[in-house]
Amino acid sequence: MDKHLLSASDLTADDITRVLDTAAHLAKVTDRAIKKVPTLRGRTVCNLFFEDSTRTRISFELAAKRLSADVINFSAKGSSVSKGESLKDTAITLEAMGVDAIVIRHGASGAPWRLAEWVEAVVVNAGDGTHEHPTQALLDLYTIRQRFPSFDGLKVAIVGDVLHSRVARSNVLALTTMGAEVTLVAPPTLLPARVEAWGAAVSYDLDAVLPKQDVVMMLRVQLERQRAGFFPSLREYARLYGLDGRRLDAMAEHAIVMHPGPMNRGVEIAAEVADSIERSVIADQVANGISVRMALLYLLLGGPEVAA
Amino acid sequence: MSKLLLKGGRLVDPASRHDAVADVLVDDGRVAEVGPGLEAAGAEVVDCDGLVVCPGLVDLHVHLREPGREDAETIETGSRAAALGGYTAVCPMPNTDPVADNAGVVEMVAARGREVGLVDVFPVGAVTLGQRGTELAELGAMARSAARVDCFSDDGLPIREARLLRLALEYTRAFDAVIADHAQDASLTDGAQMHEGEVSAMLGLAGWPAAAEEMVVARDLLLAELTGGRLHLCHVSSGGAVELVRAARARGVRVTAEAAPHHFSLTDEAARSYDPVFKVNPPLREKADVEAVRLGLADGTLDAIATDHAPHAREDKEVEWPAAPPGMLGLETALAVTLTELVGAGYLDLATAVERLTSGPARCRRLGGHGGPVAPGAPANLAVFDPAAVWTVDRARLASRARNTPFHGRELRGRVVHTLLRGAFTVRDGRATR
Repeated sequence: MDKHLLSASDLTADDITRVLDTAAHLAKVTDRAIKKVPTLRGRTVCNLFFEDSTRTRISFELAAKRLSADVINFSAKGSSVSKGESLKDTAITLEAMGVDAIVIRHGASGAPWRLAEWVEAVVVNAGDGTHEHPTQALLDLYTIRQRFPSFDGLKVAIVGDVLHSRVARSNVLALTTMGAEVTLVAPPTLLPARVEAWGAAVSYDLDAVLPKQDVVMMLRVQLERQRAGFFPSLREYARLYGLDGRRLDAMAEHAIVMHPGPMNRGVEIAAEVADSIERSVIADQVANGISVRMALLYLLLGGPEVAA
Repeated sequence: MSKLLLKGGRLVDPASRHDAVADVLVDDGRVAEVGPGLEAAGAEVVDCDGLVVCPGLVDLHVHLREPGREDAETIETGSRAAALGGYTAVCPMPNTDPVADNAGVVEMVAARGREVGLVDVFPVGAVTLGQRGTELAELGAMARSAARVDCFSDDGLPIREARLLRLALEYTRAFDAVIADHAQDASLTDGAQMHEGEVSAMLGLAGWPAAAEEMVVARDLLLAELTGGRLHLCHVSSGGAVELVRAARARGVRVTAEAAPHHFSLTDEAARSYDPVFKVNPPLREKADVEAVRLGLADGTLDAIATDHAPHAREDKEVEWPAAPPGMLGLETALAVTLTELVGAGYLDLATAVERLTSGPARCRRLGGHGGPVAPGAPANLAVFDPAAVWTVDRARLASRARNTPFHGRELRGRVVHTLLRGAFTVRDGRATR
């Protein structure tokens, strides 16, 4: 593995397997009464969040704490950043304080790459603009692996606003690396230019795609996209691309439903689908996020040589 | 002023179709004699053996940032960068603060250029007041000012309203001025960060489709045809735009066009670093576009190589990609990039490359005494360069106040040795004389 985790494309199939195996091992910690191991004692992890994302930040915070790292949370709001401090100065400040790893969430695509140039610390991309969210992809793969023996030939549909989705980009990269067959389903306005180059199939017709899938991953659709004219109304979007009970019935019996959250119930996913105990693995995704992020911090900061 | 004899160089003078070894005798700021084996007769001899002697380079498109952003560049530092690049004439764009939309500002810029004296500065005036695109600036007043402006542009804020551009093209016919347009449809490029294509899709950066350039180029060409006005197209970057210009020229539209060195040497792949030093407007495009721009320069569809030299303060570029302003340096690397990427790669012969840097751009405007011919009586505005010298671009060693060159670390071929402005060295042995 590289020094940082910036993009899912930095990971080979072996890297991904190693992260998932390590996560499975560390998941046992979470099942104990005392949910803590001393692996990263004395190391400092900074959660540097320029965008609000309570769930991702908490997930990283818990992951670091369960490994006994010291955690500091730096949120842009109410900090020197809102007073005009640049990302570079923030980076220099954190570096001077001896931070070992920086987990960054930023509204600008590519911000983690800039940060990695300016610091010695390990940089973990926790979501950059409309680009990538590699730890989300890893936890999604972990969740899929709990249900399916192999990624090889596994059929995964990613449905929704692919154009603006960092979850979609990272998942396409990680899933295709692992040999899954990905189909992107969206209105043409929400697919990026030359999406054919991504190595995924493309469809505009959710009903045609659904019955063949093992995994259906729904993406959050934001109201502002409707305002920007990408589709006419949320109602029409829900009708054409929303996963409701009728569509759930059209899926294969073994197929699962995923969503990175937060959900717009009634838009891209109906409540009955989101809450379906047999089919929805959405709560598992959240739980697995902690184990996968523990694994990443362990591999990036601890490394196998300090494994106890 | 002393006499100089540039001896033994290969004189490439496109305006007189001269390309052979010849001596150039300079006396009192002017070319006195041109020919093989001239006698020194009291003149200081400058050995040009193995070097190319040509007219001083002409840049139709630079940003010198003065007045307003003297922390990024000044007329002095920009002039020095230009001289070191072999230039004797530059045309700064009006997007200063205040905007060069009146006689006062263009006269100040021209006067400051004269005072610095390293290069002739021909300011471009704004077409509309404050570059706001709503009403015409006093174009006639600028044309008749001491700066004698003969080219107007709203630069990076292109004129949206077709009617206003039409009026500008018509109005400026009265003093035979040129309207230079930056072709970009605003609604298709709202928030755009880079060329729209495979790379922008992967990088999650909002795309700037080539069509947004091409549709405005098409509109501009139609309006030039309608009005009979003189149109100049800035930094043509897409293959489709090159094709539109080619077709328009074939049917006799009065249009000239320029291309920037970064558009014939770099592609959108450079954005993968997320380093905003590669962010520019129009954006770096694809291989096929680079190829089309090269071919456009080769067949003369594109008249000129213009740098769009755009200095930015370090702190403005040391940010996240979307937060950075577009623009890159060009004056000190344009000749070498041209020689390396166009001549070295076999697209243009040396004489044609020199033409696109000298008489080509000079033809697009009235820049008396620049761009050749190198003939008796003409002002001795000359560049002397070593076409074989290999050097590595080091941003720390640039004369520009800014550091945002996309060519840092690149090995290039061709280096300016001397630059003369009216017979006086502005650069001698690779060093600025002032």
